[in-house]
Amino acid sequence: MPVETQASDVTHHYLRVKKSFPHVWCAGCGIGTVMGSIIRAVDSLGLEKDQIALVSGIGCSSRLPVYLDFNTLHTTHGRALAFATGVKVARPDMKVIVVTGDGDGLAIGGNHFIHACRRNIDITTILVNNKIYGMTGGQVSPATPHNAYATTAPYGNVEKNFDPTSLAKAAGASYVARGTVYHVNQLDKMIKGGLEKKGFAMVEAISNCHTYYGRLNKEGDAVNMLKWMKENAVPARAAKNMSPEKLEGKFLTGVLWDVDLPEFCDEYQKLVDRLQKG
Amino acid sequence: MSENNKPVRRLMQGNEACAQGAIYAGCRFFGGYPITPSTEVAEGLSRLLPKYGGRFIQMEDEIGSIAAVIGASVGGKKAMTATSGPGFSLMQENIGYAYMAEVPCVIIDVQRGGPSTGLPTKISQSDTMQARYGPHGDYTSITVAPASVRECFEQTVKAFNFSERFRTPVTVLSDEVLGHMREMMYVPQEGELDVTIRQKPDVPHEWYHHFEITPSLVSPMASFGEGYRYNITGLIHDPEGFPTANPVQIKDKLDKLRNKIMRFTDEIYQLDVDGTEDANITLISYGMAARACRQAVQMAREKRIKCGMIRPITIWPLAEEQIREHLAHSKRALVVELNMGQLVHEIERIAPRSCKVFSLNRYDGEVLNPVEVYKRLLEVK
Repeated sequence: MPVETQASDVTHHYLRVKKSFPHVWCAGCGIGTVMGSIIRAVDSLGLEKDQIALVSGIGCSSRLPVYLDFNTLHTTHGRALAFATGVKVARPDMKVIVVTGDGDGLAIGGNHFIHACRRNIDITTILVNNKIYGMTGGQVSPATPHNAYATTAPYGNVEKNFDPTSLAKAAGASYVARGTVYHVNQLDKMIKGGLEKKGFAMVEAISNCHTYYGRLNKEGDAVNMLKWMKENAVPARAAKNMSPEKLEGKFLTGVLWDVDLPEFCDEYQKLVDRLQKG
Repeated sequence: MSENNKPVRRLMQGNEACAQGAIYAGCRFFGGYPITPSTEVAEGLSRLLPKYGGRFIQMEDEIGSIAAVIGASVGGKKAMTATSGPGFSLMQENIGYAYMAEVPCVIIDVQRGGPSTGLPTKISQSDTMQARYGPHGDYTSITVAPASVRECFEQTVKAFNFSERFRTPVTVLSDEVLGHMREMMYVPQEGELDVTIRQKPDVPHEWYHHFEITPSLVSPMASFGEGYRYNITGLIHDPEGFPTANPVQIKDKLDKLRNKIMRFTDEIYQLDVDGTEDANITLISYGMAARACRQAVQMAREKRIKCGMIRPITIWPLAEEQIREHLAHSKRALVVELNMGQLVHEIERIAPRSCKVFSLNRYDGEVLNPVEVYKRLLEVK
């Protein structure tokens, strides 16, 4: 029986249609949109499938690589960036992409996150932020806002949340951007920008977990959560001319940081060249 | 390694010998984190690797170290790390990943006393069981235990060979004294020791299954970027690498992890046996503890005590049948370890009924001396 799909030809070309579907995500989940953005970014750059290593940890977003026809590595919880560091160092010619979530990348994997930024190793990281642990059933994460509800914060979150973009910038990343699964064209471009950047690139993709976050916080279904993104995202450029009162409760999107810094694999190659010459 | 191909004698430290052995074996990636008493392995490789075109990276912790090692191996490099007790504990989850994903890599554990921070600068052999059963789940592990500086070199090479041959992580159990001890040794020349390279696929991309159950049970391993695109996961997976919940495939996978090693133990077992044919009592020991035993055996023989000795160099999997046969003549076996008794339980299980098993355990951070082994031998003979 032919496999039916609604995906465009471009998307279809990159999916492991016969092998790994149906996928594990809830209907309406934003992670599928992120997957589409990764595909379009890769396709627009004309990269070969063989040249891409896609690495992830554990969680809903970390199930993404299995669906794509690249070299895919689904690792242990929080450790995707450390595994990816080994892959990149062994194969500096490959494009290494990491897909992680807010729990995987910022809690258990927080240390690897800041050190990958510091090393400025040429890896493009897409951090899917749905503000909650989805796979284990809606527990509080380092991205869950203060006072928001989760199954392990039944009376509201007493902690405050991380801003992954500020963290990445402060830790030494070359390219930092934030988009949402509502602003899809922009997300495509940011991921493309990250892939083009020589150095560590971090794209935070704000996504919807209506199954847990939406339900527990009365934010409604997937469509309502996308509307929230539409209404509260403020382009970073526009924000410069806005008053603090107007920015209350909003979040900034766009390329927030873009600099050229020495990259780890390049620097190590220089060392090898120097030692082997001498 | 020498310029004129003459044997080179060198005074070398155990940890340095591990680093040199790794280079000899073709290791071109090291990911590690400083920890006493293993740090000289990392320091040595940070100097050596870039000269050989390899890569050294000091990671942010031991969890990241073993993760990077696995990533580099997937990328096609022979890769290793070195650590000690606390770091070895931190690595266990990802070592389990390497068993599951069948990624060759080498872990050198320069043992110190434990549990916890324990005795960073003192000898111990208390990771014997952790090397076998460290990660959760069912799998079979390979562990070697050198007892001299030369063996640190040779067994590091062997560890790489086993890991490449069987697509599995391999542990080298060194210890604080062995790692820091200096001995004169002949540096193996190029071609003197066998060096194994992982088998590569010779089929087109469409036919390649990264975890195929082959007659030899070890699947050929394509690296990332070689045109074979496949999935690797720590979830139980089918031969193609996709997660499965099918009971038949689950059992097949776990059987494969065991059988790919246990059907080829002839290639893996290394036993150093001395005078067990007519022995009344046989000492069984490994690593540094075995050095004191060797001299105690001589002392006993001078007093006309018929004493044999078995030293497993490969301690996991343990050569059970062979050890049982070597104990056939002995009425007594004395298992000597620098821990509270770990391998002794295995020996109790496998020794013939005619052989009573005793133990000598030292776990105060000091090395054993031959006289105390000899005294214990007289007590139990």
